[in-house]
Amino acid sequence: MTDPALIWSYLSQEPLLWLTATLIAYWLGDQFFRRMGRQSWANPVMVAVILLALVLWATGTTYQTYFEGAQFVHFMLGPATVALGMPLYENLHRVRKAALPLIAALVAGSVTTIVSVLLIARGFGLSDVMLASLAPKSTTAPVAIGIAESLGGEPTITAVLVLLTGMFGAIIATPFLNLLGIRDWRARGFAVGVAAHGIGTARAFQVNETAGAFASIGMGLNAVLTAIIAPLILHLFQ
Amino acid sequence: MIPALAILLSFQLLGEVAARGLGLPLPGPVIGLLALVVSCSLRPALADRLRPVVQGLLGNLSLFFVPAGVGVIAHIGEFRSEGLAIAIALTVSTALAIAVGALVFKLVAKDDE
Repeated sequence: MTDPALIWSYLSQEPLLWLTATLIAYWLGDQFFRRMGRQSWANPVMVAVILLALVLWATGTTYQTYFEGAQFVHFMLGPATVALGMPLYENLHRVRKAALPLIAALVAGSVTTIVSVLLIARGFGLSDVMLASLAPKSTTAPVAIGIAESLGGEPTITAVLVLLTGMFGAIIATPFLNLLGIRDWRARGFAVGVAAHGIGTARAFQVNETAGAFASIGMGLNAVLTAIIAPLILHLFQ
Repeated sequence: MIPALAILLSFQLLGEVAARGLGLPLPGPVIGLLALVVSCSLRPALADRLRPVVQGLLGNLSLFFVPAGVGVIAHIGEFRSEGLAIAIALTVSTALAIAVGALVFKLVAKDDE
């Protein structure tokens, strides 16, 4: 029989192992998320990332080796971003009906989130790389990662910041908007989609169908707007 | 599934070529997204053709950023030393954006009616 150490040293260098591990970790995360009644804090990506980080740490595997396998999953971010055009297309009639408030809220929400995150980060003296990684944090992950890359940020930091932003937004949205006394489901959903992308949108769909539809419009439009304005706003802070 | 994937990848390819060729400030896939919206509006049959695969992709959207998320292990030191500043920046800006977005929507929608 072959020495297990040899089998391990072969497998740990091949893409197969880490591709499989990524899918299994996400599957476990998704099971956990369902078991917890789809609460925002039990985010499946967060669970998967923690599980994989622990496995890599325990086996002494570098991120580079891991990514050799995981790159096949990572690659799907591109076509998935293109696919985000579909919900936008399906909601075009809603966009036309409420064009003015949508545009106003989109610009206001998007500029607010980018300017305030950069102001606070600058105030605390965070580095330029961290600023560039923070700027697109309210945008959906595939787009945010692309934006961070082009701004000189660190895409892996952005991925986690995007995740945390979405989870935080999804958790506070309902009590916070109740506190502000906003009852219009369109306004509530749209603002959450702009500020907290897909995770916020998933939460909005749980609360109200209209809020969910407007959240997905907000997420889609903000992906485009952030790609345009984040470089301009970041420039003011550098 | 294969034709739909080929179509989505073609839009992405088109976006990348446009972004680089014309020096546009948008990431290639975002240009692909916009081109997809326009194309579906012009030819609704395209949307029907893509719908099943798109639903599959978007249903598992969060899986695709797991690999990037795992990359955080390389930056755990930054999160440890700057964690509080990052947490404040993230939470305050996200709450502000939700409030401002919802209030502006409400104000403008009222003027509209």
